[in-house]
Amino acid sequence: MDSALSESRPVPDGPRAPLGDRASNGLKIVVVGGFGVGKTTMVRSVSEIRPLNTEETMTRAGVPTDDTSHVPEKTATTVAFDFGRITLDEETVLYLFGAPGQERFWFLWDRLFAGTIGAVVLVDDRRLDESWYAIDRLEHHGTPFIVARNDFGGPRHSLEEVREALDLDPRVPLIDCDARSRRSSKQVLLTLAEHLQTLHGAHAAAPVR
Amino acid sequence: MNRPGTDDRPDRLYTLTSGRSRPSREDLDLVTLIVAESGPTAGLSSELAAILRLCVHPTSVVEISAELGLPVSITKILVSDLLDAGRATARHPRYTASGRPELDPATLEKVLVGLRAL
Ligand SMILES: Nc1nc2c(ncn2[C@@H]2O[C@H](COP(=O)(O)OP(=O)(O)O)[C@@H](O)[C@H]2O)c(=O)[nH]1
Ligand SMILES: [Mg+2]
Repeated sequence: MDSALSESRPVPDGPRAPLGDRASNGLKIVVVGGFGVGKTTMVRSVSEIRPLNTEETMTRAGVPTDDTSHVPEKTATTVAFDFGRITLDEETVLYLFGAPGQERFWFLWDRLFAGTIGAVVLVDDRRLDESWYAIDRLEHHGTPFIVARNDFGGPRHSLEEVREALDLDPRVPLIDCDARSRRSSKQVLLTLAEHLQTLHGAHAAAPVR
Repeated sequence: MNRPGTDDRPDRLYTLTSGRSRPSREDLDLVTLIVAESGPTAGLSSELAAILRLCVHPTSVVEISAELGLPVSITKILVSDLLDAGRATARHPRYTASGRPELDPATLEKVLVGLRAL
């Protein structure tokens, strides 16, 4: 169950950890996956603040919605997401967003997550089909991503089988992780960052147009 | 803190923004950092005053939204009002997807170094 969608927002507790006064450049990484796949857990594992959550509402004609009781427009869809933060240096701060990847939320992505430097697709290998749509959209958007299989009591398939089931490009990294572990979640983010570097190297090596 | 978004009354959100559904500026990102340029003054709505207090230190639009319990779209409208009034300034993310500029190698290096240090 996704707490961000079902519970009222928690009242901020304890002192906030404010950013330094020179903070000036925010970066975004999105962790995307189905309900219960471990997005919030992963954000919590690496964030320097307790994960916060909020929501965005968007109206679009003809969109079926779950709950329109608290928004005036009948066609409003609300997507809830949570996020954490990692200060990289005095000026640079990385925000990690945990966001649902279901089809009905995707039209909000352009608005919310444009400018994301990369994405982690978190998968549960008992429910791989829930990741197809997200992977398809990320490819379509040209957002660099990696896939991390969260450990829910031992794998059901080999990573090769997962790669095949997801029809994943051989260049897209696919790794195992345990979202509850800070070390493992850090490794997931590092794998994404190294993948970005590889893509960069490839671009840099290409002739300048 | 007063949590204006939690009463879930649409008319409340409507009043907060005087019925507007769009911010006066389109360039506010979730991770745009907002910095207050002055403290709250009498007559300011409690939401705008709360934003100014939060933004004594640079605070992202999405953190303002979460801390005030307001949807991102409403938060952007309120933040725009503060920017338009010169009460706050914005530090925009240097990487945006529009036109897909490359993430510069120096920033990518910061990401790698920062993550390794976790
Ligand atoms: N066994 C196992 N459970 C996990 C793991 N990551 C998350 N969980 C649990 O799975 C449930 C859903 O996780 P959550 O992070 O809320 O999923 P979200 O809906 O994607 O945000 C929670 O009860 C977590 O404790 C993991 O790596 N292994
Ligand atoms: Mg969650």
